[in-house]
Amino acid sequence: MAPRIATSAADAVAEITDGSTVLIGGFGNAGQPMELIDALMECGATDLTVVNNNAGQADAGLALLIKERRVKKIICSFPRQSDSWHFDTAYRAGEIELELVPQGNLAERIRAAGAGIGWFFTPTGYGTLLAEGKETRIIDGKGYVLETPIHADFALIKALKADTLGNLVYRKTARNFGPIMATAAKAAIVQVDEVVQAGSIDPENVITPGIFVDTVVELGGEK
Amino acid sequence: MSAFSTTEAKLTRDEMAQLVAADIPAGAFVNLGIGQPTNVSNYLTKEQGVTLHTENGMLGMGPVATGEDIDEDLINAGKIPVTELPGASFFHHADSFAMMRGGHLDMCVLGAFQVSKDGDLANWHTGAEGAIPAVGGAMDLAIGAKATWVMMSLFTKAGESKLVEALSYPVTGLGCVSRIYTEVAVFELRDSKVFVRSTHGISFDQLAAKVPVELTKA
Repeated sequence: MAPRIATSAADAVAEITDGSTVLIGGFGNAGQPMELIDALMECGATDLTVVNNNAGQADAGLALLIKERRVKKIICSFPRQSDSWHFDTAYRAGEIELELVPQGNLAERIRAAGAGIGWFFTPTGYGTLLAEGKETRIIDGKGYVLETPIHADFALIKALKADTLGNLVYRKTARNFGPIMATAAKAAIVQVDEVVQAGSIDPENVITPGIFVDTVVELGGEK
Repeated sequence: MSAFSTTEAKLTRDEMAQLVAADIPAGAFVNLGIGQPTNVSNYLTKEQGVTLHTENGMLGMGPVATGEDIDEDLINAGKIPVTELPGASFFHHADSFAMMRGGHLDMCVLGAFQVSKDGDLANWHTGAEGAIPAVGGAMDLAIGAKATWVMMSLFTKAGESKLVEALSYPVTGLGCVSRIYTEVAVFELRDSKVFVRSTHGISFDQLAAKVPVELTKA
């Protein structure tokens, strides 16, 4: 089925309810779906579990969701940054749960969810604090840790362009987590600069096929 | 034949970066960690044909972007705007990290708090009370690249060796470091031994007296 073309960012996130697990794309500000996050803020959903590489920067986007205590748990690889003050405050106050995951494991756990993989063994983190309490195995002489897929209710993603069938093209390093997050959520919500007619994107250049995309909203852009 | 060499003066940070750059094999795919290792890129020559990887999804990364070249969609792992070189490619995060753990990336150069004589690396967390931990791609890089080299100062401000028998800081990866570049010596870790390839501003014997692991002249 072709994706729903939402009329606004607010319309795009309207189905996100309290207690949802939400994958949010972006690495720093590159690829961060800022307008969708702002809309999520406006819609009032709370008690969220958020998956992102970071835990918010400065006073925008994810950082504000955390500031308003709408995020009960964050799963990320790099929460602590020079401008992560809202996360730092919430964390020190014991008001947000942190699951710290090595970045490659974060990516692979999301990918695994989207690909229907059950648990998987990864060498990353073996012998470290982040593997404590997890099952380990020696395979061909090398240590591995058992990791679980990260499934989500929603993914919020920023892409450059979608066609009316939801095929996506990204831009440079803003691609980062977008393609794998689109596969791992029950509903992938994508903001794009431009929606074009099906057939206007060369099939050879499609990065995320439309089957993974549920909602698209066109927000324009400067590029 | 001994490969050991020595120079009169300590290495500056730029000289360390220059030394690392010169040791990177031609044609290698390399990830340079945030901080001191990033300087290595300043000394790679065009003839070397080294391709730089950044874990946020790019091969063929060029120098830091300035002026009109700054593009917020084109950044490195330190979130600094960079440029793309001819032949660059973009890919998603799972592919990017598959390049490490799948054994495709030839080398990474990382900073460190400590390295043990067995090549265990500590560089992600001081373990200090109340510190907010952050790991990023450090654990994936350490154990994923075919070779992991470290650049660090050999001694802490208190004068303690960061090359140790056993780590006291939390582990990033076990048995992964094969070479350590410091301002006073270059070490090679192989065959369960720590070889000293060169010393700088210090003699081998003086070095051996200050470092709490058994050293062998290369």
